[in-house]
Amino acid sequence: MAFSGFSDTPAPQAKKDLPRISGSEAVIRSFLAEGVETIFGYPGGAIIPVYDALYDYRDKINHILVRHEQCALHAAQGYARATGKTGVCIVTSGPGATNTVTGLADAMLDSTPVVLISGQVASNTLGTDAFQEINFIEITNSVTKWNCQVKRAEDIPEAIARAFYIASSGRPGPVVIDITKDAQNGLMDFEYKPKKFIRSYIPSHAIDNDQIMEAARLINLSRKPMALVGQGVILGGAEQELKDFLEKSGIPAAATLLGLSALPSDHPQYVGMLGMHGNYAPNIKNRDCDLLIAIGMRFDDRVTGDPSKFGINAKIIHMEIDPAEVNKLVYADVAVMGDVKRTLPMLTEKISQKDHSAWLDEFRVCYNIEREDIIEPAIERRGAHLRMGEVVDAVAQQFDDAILVTDVGQQQMFASRYFRFKRSRSIITSGGLGTMGFGLPAAIGAKIGAPERDVCLFVGDGGLQMTSQELGTIYQSQVGVKIVLMNNGFLGMVRQWQELFYDKRYSFTELTNPDFSLLAAANRIPYRCVERHEDLDDAVKEMRETEGAFLLEVRVQKDENVFPMVPAGQPVEKIRLE
Amino acid sequence: MEKEFIITIFSENKVGLLSQVTTVFTHRNVNIESLTASESAIEGVHKYTIAVKNDEEKVANLVKQIEKKIDVLKVFCYSPSEVVLQQLALYKVQRSRNVEDLVRRHNVRILDIHDDYIVLEKTGHKEEIQELYQMLSPYGLYQFVCSGPVAIIKSRRELMDEYMQYVEERRKEALGE
Repeated sequence: MAFSGFSDTPAPQAKKDLPRISGSEAVIRSFLAEGVETIFGYPGGAIIPVYDALYDYRDKINHILVRHEQCALHAAQGYARATGKTGVCIVTSGPGATNTVTGLADAMLDSTPVVLISGQVASNTLGTDAFQEINFIEITNSVTKWNCQVKRAEDIPEAIARAFYIASSGRPGPVVIDITKDAQNGLMDFEYKPKKFIRSYIPSHAIDNDQIMEAARLINLSRKPMALVGQGVILGGAEQELKDFLEKSGIPAAATLLGLSALPSDHPQYVGMLGMHGNYAPNIKNRDCDLLIAIGMRFDDRVTGDPSKFGINAKIIHMEIDPAEVNKLVYADVAVMGDVKRTLPMLTEKISQKDHSAWLDEFRVCYNIEREDIIEPAIERRGAHLRMGEVVDAVAQQFDDAILVTDVGQQQMFASRYFRFKRSRSIITSGGLGTMGFGLPAAIGAKIGAPERDVCLFVGDGGLQMTSQELGTIYQSQVGVKIVLMNNGFLGMVRQWQELFYDKRYSFTELTNPDFSLLAAANRIPYRCVERHEDLDDAVKEMRETEGAFLLEVRVQKDENVFPMVPAGQPVEKIRLE
Repeated sequence: MEKEFIITIFSENKVGLLSQVTTVFTHRNVNIESLTASESAIEGVHKYTIAVKNDEEKVANLVKQIEKKIDVLKVFCYSPSEVVLQQLALYKVQRSRNVEDLVRRHNVRILDIHDDYIVLEKTGHKEEIQELYQMLSPYGLYQFVCSGPVAIIKSRRELMDEYMQYVEERRKEALGE
């Protein structure tokens, strides 16, 4: 067997009737075969041949020139999460490649399908510390679902077909294809076969009927169940299946941060967000539950607080596509393996119709406590300063059905708490990695992927400055992102921890900021600043009515805290309202 | 409680695969006691045998994380009693009458003889290899090298063959054959 670089696939044979093209053109034509419409990237020495090939396909592929490779990844993530398609990036070798590592790690932790093509030095100089050479395969081993170096033009279509199949199937994730410059320049006979099977990779194992039966039995017996809805529902496109399951079972449902919008916020069985700054009810009632049904979620420590005390009186059903997540943090009494799109309807069929309205009322009582103590004070237009909760509420009122994009920190928590979701794929946020600077580029990707929808970004003054160079991308590519800058002059979440847990020693969390109006003006982005309650609605209205991008700077209270809060590592019922 | 486990990994023959596997150990903070790599009985499939000492729960999670690597076909985890283990050791030792006695009594092979030293080979369990090491030490042991264990599974069922059949069924299902 001729060596193809893939031990389970024979090398492609030369055929006379196939078009003979360069490896670089093969990259682009492979993209087209996968239905790629948009690429986020940044050229450089070792990837020039691919960019040269792309030049001939400008009418078929929209390339967005970002200002930093990290942002190519975050934009591709935003694109993928808004559309459900695989995000695609191209960068050069060396620094271009290493700059993407944060984005890859973010996509890895948040299960986002992304394919990154990185240039590499010519294969005869590999390992010689050539200019802009870095061992990118080694570097990305722990931040990719799969990676592969291609050193021959004829292996490019097979590698890219694998990349798209692996990135988007099973539990999605980022894939890197590192292509040497000689492979880009080499000639090959082009033929593209999309991948549907790789023998060493079974994306979703056969569904075990016994697991479904056992899960149904526990659900039918349970008196105080709660469903924990994760991003797996959105990734599997199982929103309707979830609704059917919930409506037949009558079970209250809470969502993880990434599971938000899988169920509309106003669904009668929706009881709020889980986790450290989630809603009071799903946290405080955790102890009372006799059954937790985890649907496509992974018991992250920001959700469980102390995993050993999570659902301490409950049996746990874990519906999950990734076997490595089962029993990783929380022991599952029943593991229902497989895509929830397929397992949920099987389960719904086996459970009996039930009414849990008395149990749901207990959640409503808790919600009313939270509403009185936290929500109403947070969103009311009172006090000396504007506050983040009321800003989110004001934006949510005027941007009905927008995609919410957040950065990381206090604004992320306020936005996810007070924004309202009507349909799925309406939140894009960095959950697992918690990447400051994620918001702006992710919002660019989201808007490009879903141009018909409004995209509202909430970002802090710290986070905006981490990737503010992307305002240039917004201007060049005319991306209509609505940016709400919550400026409190602090790294607010760290400041909050310093206040609560570090004796108010505010070590290096105060920011002396640039003039954001000038930053907006430099990038020719319409701008307005508000400081008073009475101007807020009008400013949001101006943002909504302005065509294209807008930067709304809101000067908010400097020392506001996000509550409720489960202190890190504590059982979730230790949730604090103040 | 820490116990010994033998992890066998079947993978595609891909450059850099070993590094992918060891990354999982580093990430989960598990130390590798020994590691051997070879071809397996299945064409194109490589086999790694890794010995670890750790908590059962931690090892079970580790096994799943390794299996999650795309180019890994299947991972099995065994306790030492479930497998036939063998290690190989080489000793370079000064020639003497005592050493030649030990060679006879311990079923040791002689690989090379020189005027002033001999090279010995011993296969067996770790304990036997260590025992011979102790015995040779007083007579001028110049060099010692020992492989990690290789393992054959005792079970009558050929689990990897069964898994490959399962994979074949999945292939037919995926390609609609």
